[in-house]
Amino acid sequence: MDSILRSQAKSQGRQEVCIKIENLKLFYGEKQALHGINMEMPKKKVTAYIGPSGCGKSTLLRCINRMNDLVDNVRIEGKILLENEDIYNRSVNVAALRRRVGMVFQKPNPFPKSIFENVAYGLRIQGINDKRTLEETVENALRGAAIWDEVKDRLNDNALGLSGGQQQRLVIARAIAIEPEVLLLDEPASALDPISTLKIEELINELKEKYTIVIVTHNMQQAARVSDYTAFMYMGELIEMGHTSELFTNPKKKQTEDYITGRYG
Amino acid sequence: MDNSKIGQHISGQFNKELEDIRNNVLTMGGLVEQQIAQAVEAFMTGDTEMAELVIKQDNQVDALEMLIDQECMQILALRQPAAFDLRLLITVIKTINELERVGDMAERIAEMAMRLSDTEGKHEQYYELQHMADLVKEMLHGALDAFARMSIEDVTAITGRDEYVDREYGSIIRQLITRMMEDPRNITRTLDVLWTARSLERIGDHSVNICENIIYMVKGEDVRHMSQAELEDKIVELEGKIKVR
Repeated sequence: MDSILRSQAKSQGRQEVCIKIENLKLFYGEKQALHGINMEMPKKKVTAYIGPSGCGKSTLLRCINRMNDLVDNVRIEGKILLENEDIYNRSVNVAALRRRVGMVFQKPNPFPKSIFENVAYGLRIQGINDKRTLEETVENALRGAAIWDEVKDRLNDNALGLSGGQQQRLVIARAIAIEPEVLLLDEPASALDPISTLKIEELINELKEKYTIVIVTHNMQQAARVSDYTAFMYMGELIEMGHTSELFTNPKKKQTEDYITGRYG
Repeated sequence: MDNSKIGQHISGQFNKELEDIRNNVLTMGGLVEQQIAQAVEAFMTGDTEMAELVIKQDNQVDALEMLIDQECMQILALRQPAAFDLRLLITVIKTINELERVGDMAERIAEMAMRLSDTEGKHEQYYELQHMADLVKEMLHGALDAFARMSIEDVTAITGRDEYVDREYGSIIRQLITRMMEDPRNITRTLDVLWTARSLERIGDHSVNICENIIYMVKGEDVRHMSQAELEDKIVELEGKIKVR
């Protein structure tokens, strides 16, 4: 574990840390799903989690905005520091946390409302109803999610009429409308065709100017293309984390090598 | 022989493709080694038939180079290799380029052999080249052997020989200059000998390059443009890393 931390520290140099995970353990009932994870995610960079199914990468991602709180029988130990503040501290307001840490899921989940209302939703529940503010924010969010040109003439159409790729970008627009600090993307492109996938990847590249992004993906080439750092997880443990370019050309651990080259582990 | 480095992919077809590429590289290497041996022999003995054979064989080497290049490109496009697999392919692409150049050197030596065979029959004066030829043949053989085993165990011994080759090359040049000064009628012929020595010296350099590529393949460390001493230190450091792992 020490060596992982050391190589992490080395590879991340003097990067400003946004999220720091300290000895995080998670149990689903009796079963332990995460075994003492330690990692740091630098600010305004993309970190990708890769690993086989069931290795705990989605579970770890969901810890970052406390989505696991909703699951019965879950017990979490350890700390997750967001800007040096433990998000599992009792004083933390979970709704406020989720405003700072937005999340996008594998399957696009727009609300059965108009395109405009989907993006405005987060603001409305914060009590913002000023028409000018809403219009401005919705346009900015849709532009930020690279979908504005495709929907600007039909903002009042039902969002469910959009294609899968457009819906996913709409959901990202909804997530960034409330200006979070962190974006969690759980397999954001796995239900999309290759062109829509490339658009999402291009979008991630633009979004990292403003947000710290953590992405879970089964598609290793995607991780290689979009992320600055990659963490390889296996059986609930962090095996190796480092610069993406380094991890994919010269991984330090044999398990990582076996996984990314498609060998029997 | 460490086949586990190539095998054990979940895709058996991928294992087979990589194995094919490796075998083709070794075939190409074997051909080139044969070319050098025959070219040097033709040079020493004035056997023009053998020299012609070497020149003809170069087509085979070129064809293999193109075939292997294509196989590598296919894998890069279809399989998006990573880590060792990626380094293997990059190393193969570079290594066959070096081998093709070595083949060209052999061809040039064969051409010189043909030109010199027209002049008087005796070739004793070229015997000083024999030792240098033996040295570079050993170097190339060692490099190909390291590639086949995918091991960096002996590479510094191979790259270390390049120093002897360079020294030998320097002394041959001095001898040839003396010979040219003694009798200007020797100049044309002596220049041909010089070209041959130069070709042999280049083969040593290409073998060193192949060794450096192999280190990159096995350890993922770029060791080009290092001195022999730096290289030796690096290998100790790299091997040390394994023991810790």
